[in-house]
Amino acid sequence: MMGWLPVALLAVPLLGALLLLVVPNVSRRALPAYGLVFSGVTFALGALMVATFDYGTAARIQFELDLPWIPGLGLRFHLGVDGVSLPLVALTALLTFLCFVYLGWGGGQAPDQLGFRPRALVFTLLVLEVGMIGTFLALDLLLFFVFFEIVLIPMYFLIGIWGGEGRRAASLKFILYTLLGSVVMLLGLLLVWAQTGTLDIVALSASHGAGMSRSVQILAFVAIGAGLAVKTPMWPLYTWLPDAHTEAPTVGSVLLAGVLLKMGTYGFARIAIPVLPEGAQAAAPWLGAFAVVGIVYGALACLAQRDLKRLIAYSSVGHMGFVLLGFATLTPVGVNGALFANVAHGLITGLLFFLAGAIKVRYGKADMPSMGGAMLATRPRLGALLTFAAIASLGLPGLAGFWGEMLALYGAFQPAAGLPRGLFLTYMVIGGLGAVLTAAYFVIMLSRVTHGHPATVAAGGALDERPVGDGGVPDERAVVPLDPPRSVAVLRPPRTRGEPAVDVDGHELLAWTPLVLLILLFGLWPGLLLSLTTPPVQTLLGALS
Amino acid sequence: MIQQIDYFLIAPPLVLALTAASVLLLDAFLPARPRTRAGLGLVTLAGVLASLGFVVAQAAGSGAARSTFCVPPSLGGDPSLCSYVVDRFTLVFAGLVLVSAVVVVLLSMTELSGGDIPAGEWHFLLLCALIGAVTLPASRDLVMLVVALELVSLPVFALTAMKRYDGRSSEAAVKLFVVSVVSTAVMLFGVSLLYGVAGSVYLSRLSTVLAGGAPAPGLAEDAAVGQVMPAVVTVGLVLVVAGFAFKIAAVPFHSWAADVYQGAPVPVAALLSVISKAAGFAGLILVLTTALSGQSATWAPVVGVLAALTMTVGNLLALRQRSAVRLLAWSSVAQSGYVLAPLAAGTAETAGASIAYLVIYAAMNLGAFAVVMLVSRTSARNELDDYRGLVFTRPAAGIALAFCLVCLAGLPPGLAGLFAKVFVFREIVASGFGWLALVMAVNTVIGLCYYALWTARLFAPAGAQTPVAHRPRVTTYVAVGMALAAAVLFSVAPQVVLDLTSLSTSG
Repeated sequence: MMGWLPVALLAVPLLGALLLLVVPNVSRRALPAYGLVFSGVTFALGALMVATFDYGTAARIQFELDLPWIPGLGLRFHLGVDGVSLPLVALTALLTFLCFVYLGWGGGQAPDQLGFRPRALVFTLLVLEVGMIGTFLALDLLLFFVFFEIVLIPMYFLIGIWGGEGRRAASLKFILYTLLGSVVMLLGLLLVWAQTGTLDIVALSASHGAGMSRSVQILAFVAIGAGLAVKTPMWPLYTWLPDAHTEAPTVGSVLLAGVLLKMGTYGFARIAIPVLPEGAQAAAPWLGAFAVVGIVYGALACLAQRDLKRLIAYSSVGHMGFVLLGFATLTPVGVNGALFANVAHGLITGLLFFLAGAIKVRYGKADMPSMGGAMLATRPRLGALLTFAAIASLGLPGLAGFWGEMLALYGAFQPAAGLPRGLFLTYMVIGGLGAVLTAAYFVIMLSRVTHGHPATVAAGGALDERPVGDGGVPDERAVVPLDPPRSVAVLRPPRTRGEPAVDVDGHELLAWTPLVLLILLFGLWPGLLLSLTTPPVQTLLGALS
Repeated sequence: MIQQIDYFLIAPPLVLALTAASVLLLDAFLPARPRTRAGLGLVTLAGVLASLGFVVAQAAGSGAARSTFCVPPSLGGDPSLCSYVVDRFTLVFAGLVLVSAVVVVLLSMTELSGGDIPAGEWHFLLLCALIGAVTLPASRDLVMLVVALELVSLPVFALTAMKRYDGRSSEAAVKLFVVSVVSTAVMLFGVSLLYGVAGSVYLSRLSTVLAGGAPAPGLAEDAAVGQVMPAVVTVGLVLVVAGFAFKIAAVPFHSWAADVYQGAPVPVAALLSVISKAAGFAGLILVLTTALSGQSATWAPVVGVLAALTMTVGNLLALRQRSAVRLLAWSSVAQSGYVLAPLAAGTAETAGASIAYLVIYAAMNLGAFAVVMLVSRTSARNELDDYRGLVFTRPAAGIALAFCLVCLAGLPPGLAGLFAKVFVFREIVASGFGWLALVMAVNTVIGLCYYALWTARLFAPAGAQTPVAHRPRVTTYVAVGMALAAAVLFSVAPQVVLDLTSLSTSG
């Protein structure tokens, strides 16, 4: 039944990429439209999938396709979606499409759009999309691994070619770190295969770990979990993330935070926990501990950052801590919360990185103290959007960031039967503390970047070299005007082609509005997403709850 | 007293031998002109293809193993003891060697077009090495194994030294010669010990005797071979394994690799890294899984440690290289480690994973060497920095090299390399060698480090120097295309390799 849809979701971007390879002389002007068309069709297919999904049986695998690929390995080309993967597939298709809108709308001539080596950029992004969507569709352990690996090379080039100054080191660190993780994960997957003789994720999760002894399950869970935790990233394994995010181009950061991190957490929900329930139960307290350390550590690290992109990267470590804490509770509430936080983080952090990229283009850097503040006065729309995204990220009720983290903490209040409740109560308290710290660093960030008087900017754009610590304190130094006071508009010459708009540009607004709307939608109506994930989560946790 | 010889079975080496003789004669009697050089190359190519045709015909025939050069019943021996057996194992290796040989011959035609190297001798020596490599997997007795292995090695010394008046080349040849002679001596000593104990050179007979199934003439009557293995067998075994370890450049017998690869002409380096290595592995697998299968408790841990050391040392040495050929030399040492790893499980079944890896490795490594050959025509030093921007200056070669390197690293889109590693990992994990799997996992990451840096250079903007206008030989492009086509085929349908190599290795 409609098994062609997942294949089409993979085939369209792949076809787009291959055509670029075959036809070497695509005109530079046609490229923005080319990328828009292929990612747009993919997004339309994703939307079709969302529209035709049977929500009555969200726990069942739908749009299933099962073909033999390598019989010698028992590897089958097995694709399908259920309530857990559907939102992520849609999120991926949406974010990639928005990236192309951001890159290509209006001819792709503005800075931070398709400028440097556009053909290769479109190619890389389309291949990346194949890997990302495939990971969420795959229902075979090795196929999952193959798609999991496909994203490595495009992301390596995305950071390594279009990145910032330290791009070489950052891209190498990214690929080596994540490859180490995924090879260890492969060992775990093969251990599962060696014990059970099947690679079929559906059959494996239905049998709830039958055929594997407790020690094997723990070993496999640790191996698979370690691989996924590098990607997620979990607390001690996160060190590739800040560098990769800081150096990556805007679209790279958006996809890295919005989708690639989700591949790690999705692996927990799809493979590690359902296939290895006993291993999950044994490892859950440790997972929870690493998760809350990540929450607090991420927040503390954010407080010390000067660079806006680095701050958002560290905030991802904290948010992923909440997601992992939700998984660690092994309760439907907690896992639901984790999956919700997952999607919400994809939307919010995607938006934040878009904004950070736009700010970097306008100020030439992302160093917060030297931006001089007062963005709300000088660039009201950009400042307002940044405020909105930051508030959504810190978890204001009514926006998407709130529900997932609240549910994850609530899950920790009442963890699954076999888990030590006292320990998880401690985790909940620490996690709650982390949420407060999250609010603190976002408010400080806003006060540095968006608040203040525009005077410091107007004074010839002199760098404000105040130390990091007192960034929130208003500048009390007397400003001696050299000339009569001027407004910002007077300072700036008329805008020429190739220069960023003072405030938000057309292509930016187009790319960001859907994210803003979805953050509001899921914030006001969380049941929309929770009703989708609840039935499959209950099935997946069958052995535990 | 007259042996019945099945000429159809020995046709592949026979055709090669006839071609070798005719190449030498043609070279002597034809005028020395550039067209003659190309003609000799074509004759060699035809010979290799004809030989390959016989291998395919044998494969298309009956699936059962067929043998010749058996002990005649008139001598009162066991007629099941044969020196030359053609089974799936033989055919896979012969096919692998001959297909790789086509690529090497194509590369040689480019190398020889310069005119500094005598073409007749070159092709004659190349064909001699191929005879050895095709005969070796069919050999089922120790003497024939040693002779075939020497036949692979000896012509290669001369081939390495063919670039006369090049100091580096001569040094490489001497190094290879010394190392190889020592390894042969070591192996012969081991072989003689095994023969002394078992009283037979036939692999299947050795296996029976060492397992206690037949009396061992070399031991005292009261020594029960089946229960306690005499130390002399262990010594023989270790010496034989060490001899083969030289050929496949396994640690600690690896040190010759980089200098020899760099000094030799690029086609010879390709020959060493694929054909000579495949022959070495064929011999090793035959000896270990056929003759010494009962002793796997002794050699399996040794092979495991050898594999771990080989991949680690190879990868670490490759990290620091600036020359493309040296990097490929160390990387091929590391890849030898991956091929060795499944043998540590100690059964004939796991050797299938080794062969599968070897087949895929041959495709991707030859692809890389073919592009290196192409670049070596314009930049003599052939350093990694000479590859900057190759994708823009020569898109076909650049993308082919990028794909082969990604394959060697084992990442998508190079699915061939990825699945090759999965085959190996699967055997190791299934037979419970967790530590070896972890060592290999870490090594995969170290390997990616230098492959990724090289690949990134291909896409980096070209440096200041403008590429020399040079019309590349069409033969090189055919070679690149063949290797790339194989790598792509193995990526899309890895089942092909599994079908080829899923075999009971023993004949």
